Amino acid sequence: MSDNTLRVSRKWQMTRLFHTIMRYPSGSVAFAFLLVFFAMALIGPWVAPYGPFETIYDKDEMPIRLAAPSAQHWLGTTNHGVDVFSQLLWGARIALVVGVLSALGSVLLGTLIGLLAGYFSGIVDEIIMRFTDIAYGIPFLPFALVVISIVQPSIGLIIILVIAFLWRTTARVIRSQVLTLRERPFVLAARAAGLSELAILFRHVAPNVLPLSFLYVAIGVQAGVMSEAALSFLGFGDPNVMSWGLMLNDAFRAGAMRSAWWWVLPPGICLSILVISTFMVTRAYEELVNPRLRKR
Amino acid sequence: MAVLDIRDLTVTYRTAAGEARAVDGVSFSLEAGQYLGIVGESGCGKSTIAKAIMGILPENAHAGGAILYEDRNLLVLDREALNKVRWRHIAMVPQSAMHALDPVYRVGDQIAEAIQAHRPMDGVALRQRLDALFELVGISKARLADHPHQLSGGMRQRAMIAMALALDPDVIVADEPTTGLDVIVQDQILLRIKEIQEKLGKAMLLITHDIAVVSENCDQVVVMYAGRVMERGSHTVLENPFHPYTVGLINAFPDLDGEARELISIPGSPPSLLNPPKGCRFHARCPFALPLCTEQEPELLQVAPGHFAACHRAGDMMEIRRRGADPAAWQAKGLVA
Repeated sequence: MSDNTLRVSRKWQMTRLFHTIMRYPSGSVAFAFLLVFFAMALIGPWVAPYGPFETIYDKDEMPIRLAAPSAQHWLGTTNHGVDVFSQLLWGARIALVVGVLSALGSVLLGTLIGLLAGYFSGIVDEIIMRFTDIAYGIPFLPFALVVISIVQPSIGLIIILVIAFLWRTTARVIRSQVLTLRERPFVLAARAAGLSELAILFRHVAPNVLPLSFLYVAIGVQAGVMSEAALSFLGFGDPNVMSWGLMLNDAFRAGAMRSAWWWVLPPGICLSILVISTFMVTRAYEELVNPRLRKR
Repeated sequence: MAVLDIRDLTVTYRTAAGEARAVDGVSFSLEAGQYLGIVGESGCGKSTIAKAIMGILPENAHAGGAILYEDRNLLVLDREALNKVRWRHIAMVPQSAMHALDPVYRVGDQIAEAIQAHRPMDGVALRQRLDALFELVGISKARLADHPHQLSGGMRQRAMIAMALALDPDVIVADEPTTGLDVIVQDQILLRIKEIQEKLGKAMLLITHDIAVVSENCDQVVVMYAGRVMERGSHTVLENPFHPYTVGLINAFPDLDGEARELISIPGSPPSLLNPPKGCRFHARCPFALPLCTEQEPELLQVAPGHFAACHRAGDMMEIRRRGADPAAWQAKGLVA
């Protein structure tokens, strides 16, 4: 088989996705913002003028506390004399790492669970889905706060907690999709052709739910970013890693929420724009996956 | 010698409303190189037979009796043993074959998958086999690299036939292979199946509701109604029917020689399989039913050499065929029922 055909069709898919996103003004602007954030996350630590916890001293060896934005400190400094702009750059990496990893993890888990529940139905389905229902009953923040207060807070733990709460929706959606896929003629044909149940599940059913899974990755990124920020703001984040939530938490504890706008606004705005941009791009992607949303 | 011998096959579906006997004591056999057509209305159990042969009955179904292939009963084989038989020896062109291709894989890859699952071969041999298969069903081999959505309905259908032929099986079960295609394409495909069947000497089992299709293609006919065989035999079943239901079916289709005549439908609908009627299953719709027909179920008896019918009035068939050609006879029954 010529592999060219495949490559062309994949390239064509990506082009179509790109065009769908670009068709909306909101989509193209959001896409541009996402690129900026990715650039920040990628090269931020190298271009940041200072370290995320580095106190900056003046000529008299005194920390430059709560300085307003200037040519030297574009976004001013904190009460400990740390450069806000540098913190912002370092924080972008954490936001994206947490967002992407927790989204990927939760969708991987949710898709797997949904596939098994939907395909094998019967008792397997019953057990898995009742467990999912129970998981749905646990509220995220209180549960996460308790776990973090017992275990040492770390970025890894936060990602695991977010995964533990995001897989539920994906699992339900994927299961319902699998319930219709398993009755499709091509699944019967594969069975008649002598493929094992697992081979049918992973080779014929799973690829057909992938577009939906990707949609939940995009949605999961927002939830992951927000959860990390919320936990950090509440003081349950990883204290050794600079994140936007931690910046807000520092500002809050320093009592600088009203006075030092240059400290509070940048992480707040960055968080909002990141989440909104992800949503806008997701919207455009959803339109590709779900033709009913498509404009004619 | 019979390649496929179906003996007293019974399939029941457990449903919320009770047990539905979709196939009830069906027996027939398929000889090597024969082209056998099963014909009947929707819900008479035709597709259930195909599924039982392929071992793809849904979970709520229970099959009894025997489906013998080379003296092995397919119904009692475990999955591993069954996988050695199906597709390699008995392949299927599934119902709505247009949708039987997985949309995410290229057609060639899917056929290759079926081959590799049973008879692994190296890339060159595989490639040659795929080319040969597509040539056999009349599609350009360049289309092997296409995804299903890039093919027309008729091409997808032929690709499925290629897939069924992939392992050179002895028996091909085609379950309504032309559903959803227009008449011209349908005709081309059936012609192609017939050609291949004759050329390769396969035994074919064609399941259809279209008696014209059976008449044009098949040399053996099984007429089913409400899960039971009403009549079976060679092509003569359609020329000299010995069952009022067969007479009715033939009436309901345009004449095969293109002779203009009124089409006569059979009033009423098939009985519930949850609670089949006593006596002959067809008696409620049969204009020629006797009191005996409501009481005692007729046995499938030989009425001519190799020709079996299950009707108490098989002896009066000359009269029934004559009267059955008159629409009034059927409508009168419709009014009573």
